[in-house]
This record gives sequence, structure tokens and C-alpha cells, in this order.
Amino acid sequence: MLQPLFLTLKVALLATLIAGALGIAAGHWMARHRFAGQNALDAVLVLPMVLPPTVLGYYLIVLIGRNGVIGAWLEQWFGIRLLFTWQGAVLAAAVVAFPLIYKAARAAFEDIDVRFQQAARTLGASEWELFWRVSLPLATRGIAAGLALTFARAMGEFGATLMVAGNLPGRTQTLSVAVYSAVQAGDDPLAFSLTLVISVLCIVLLVVAGRLLQVKH
Amino acid sequence: MLDLHLRLSLHSDDRHFDLDVALRSDSPRTALLGPSGAGKSTVLLAIAGLIPHAHGHLRVGGTTLLDSARGIDLPARERGVGFVFQDYALFPHLSVEQNLMFGVRRMGHAMPVGAKERIAALLAQFGLEQVRSALPRHLSGGQKQRVALARALATQPRLLLLDEPLSALDQDLRSRLRHEMAQMLERVQVPTLLVSHDPEDVRVLAQSVVRIAGGRVAGAQAVSAALA
Repeated sequence: MLQPLFLTLKVALLATLIAGALGIAAGHWMARHRFAGQNALDAVLVLPMVLPPTVLGYYLIVLIGRNGVIGAWLEQWFGIRLLFTWQGAVLAAAVVAFPLIYKAARAAFEDIDVRFQQAARTLGASEWELFWRVSLPLATRGIAAGLALTFARAMGEFGATLMVAGNLPGRTQTLSVAVYSAVQAGDDPLAFSLTLVISVLCIVLLVVAGRLLQVKH
Repeated sequence: MLDLHLRLSLHSDDRHFDLDVALRSDSPRTALLGPSGAGKSTVLLAIAGLIPHAHGHLRVGGTTLLDSARGIDLPARERGVGFVFQDYALFPHLSVEQNLMFGVRRMGHAMPVGAKERIAALLAQFGLEQVRSALPRHLSGGQKQRVALARALATQPRLLLLDEPLSALDQDLRSRLRHEMAQMLERVQVPTLLVSHDPEDVRVLAQSVVRIAGGRVAGAQAVSAALA
């Protein structure tokens, strides 16, 4: 039971880092710019939240499989295979959880009073400095809450993970996949304890996220 | 000292606003006076370089900050213009001292020589030593105003812009701080352009006054003549 737990935490943590970096960058970009087709792009970025995870899994297989555009390239040049590896599980979890941090970051950046940016510019700040010294610190709470949700979602990922990484005990079997296997195998005590672990972790994360959103400057 | 002619158009969904303002001033402190919606604050934002696509020219002292005919349009961060916003816009996550430091120390660079002393002198001059470590939300209205002014001055600007500097204060405080502010401005000797809709602010704080209405200059005079 410990092995799936550690694997799940490792996968969720890395997925949160990847989705977090991309989601914060995308959220900042979308909050600061207005352009034609923005709503369409926004819809695409949020899509993983509403699509069935199996459909996402299928997209990923098409992209990163041995014959996929990205998969063939990765294997040829770097000898990297993502299908049926824990790294593939990271990718699946990152894609599925991305909209949560993207939406949270965008809302947090859009919430910042434009006066602070204007003040920073008159004080000589470059756009880069503005991001690190003003925008990011002022958006911290919203982003941290978003990251907690992203982590929770990544931890609970099942459908896309199963399709992309499979269900290999000790290698790609995360907690949520292990619950499925245990139920299929009729091992109720194992299923119950795994379920308990996941539930407690998610409740803790949601409480943390709620706390972060409550306290404000 | 200050010589500008600014033309710009602002569009939003339901509004269209054209601004065409020319003025020259050699007095240390000039006020833009006019009703709200006349375009006074827009002039300040354009001078600071915070509104894109302004046309015309802008010279402060001998320095050209904008000259659209010659393709010169310095970005806000290079204009060296100090701005005190109506609601002060103090960075809420930074202490008083860090707010003052913001424009002095650039990210990834060491503190410039003499900067520490300059900040210390400003804190003393503006009576902010006691609250140097406080966050803006713990300051009184008068203290916030002094921090905003000190922060703008810390970068040693060539021009100081004040947008309704007293309007965030209640009436009692306002009349008291009006004179305090006049004394502070008198001491720092930075050319100043301020905006107000209150003739009393203008009388105490400025030497010359430019009336603005509907995005145009409606007249310029010395304060003594204009408000007599």
C-alpha cells in the first residue's frame, strides 16, 4: 500500500510543478492581453476539465505513442518512451489538472488593481520585474489555492492515467488505479484502506485551499 | 520647464473621448483644474507614459520624453516621472521602507551607492521612521499620502505628478494636510503638475493654473488671478 501512495505523491507533485508553471504563465498572459480568438483559446485551455478523461487519454496516446507525432520524435532523438511509464502518468495528470491552476492564476492576476502596475512602471520596473515583484506576490494566495486543487486533482487522476500509463503494480499503479484493481480482485479491505488514504489527503488539501482563499490583504 | 502638446483618443464600448491639450509652464507647481471627466487625470497618465498611442510632444526641462514627429516615445519606466495616484497605490505586500525602495533598487542589481542614505533621509523628512516596517494597511490616511509622495521622490524624478492628492482624505484631515503638503512640495523642489477639482487645493498648492474642460484647455493663468 505504501508503494502506490509514494508513486501517487511523486506523480502528483511533478504534475503540479509542470501544470503550475504552464498554468501560471498562461493565466498571466491571458489576463494581460486582449486579442481576437481569445475566448476560443480559453475554451481549449479549459477543455481538459470537461472532456472525459478517457478522451484525453486517447488524445495523449495519439500524440505520445510510438507512432505519435511527439512520441516518435522523443524516441528517435532522446530514446524516451512515455507510454506505460510513470512519466506518462505525470503527463496525463498534468494535462488533466492544468485547467484548475490556469483558471485560478488568471482570476488572481485579473483581480490585481491596474494602479499597482502603473505605479511599478513609473518607478522604473521592467515587465519582468513587474511580474516577479508585484503581480506574482499579489496573486500568491489565489495561485496557492489553485495549486492545492491542482495537486488534489492530479492525485485523483484515473481515466487518462490508466490509458496512458496502464496499471503496472510497482511501476505505474497509482492509488486511484490501485483502488480499481483491488475492487476488481475482490480485495475489499485493501480497497477500503486505499480509499480512506485518498479521502483524507483530499480533505486536507481542500481545507488548505479554502484557508488560502479566505485570508486577504 | 514643462512644454507639452498631447493628442489622444480613448475608446471603450460606449464612450469615445478625444483629448487635445497643449500647455507650457515655468512655474514650480502647476495645477490642472476642472470638473471630473474633463480629462485631467488622462493628461497625467499620458505624461507618465501609461497611455499608449499618444501623439504630440512632451519636454521636461531640456529632456524630450515624447515627440511623435521624430518617433520618440519613451516607455513609462524610462521617463523619470514620479506619480502619486489618487488612492496612492502603495504596494500592499511591501512595508513602507520597501515601498520607498521599489524604484531605487532594480531586481538582480546591487543597491546603488548612496541609496540607503537617501531612503533614510526621506523616511526622516516625511516623519515615517516609526512606521518604516509597517504594511500600508496599518497606516493612517495622512501617512499613506506621505509614503506615496516619498516613494515617488525616492527615484529623483525630473517631474512630479499628483492626481487629486487630497481627495482620499476626509474633510478635516484634508484642510490640515493641504498646508502640510504645500510645505513638503516647497522643500523638495521638483517641478510638479497636479490635478484637482477643488479650487482650494489649487490655491494652496500651485502657483499657476490651467483649466481643463471636455479634453481641451479652457484657459491658463497665475493662481492669484484665476482664483481671485
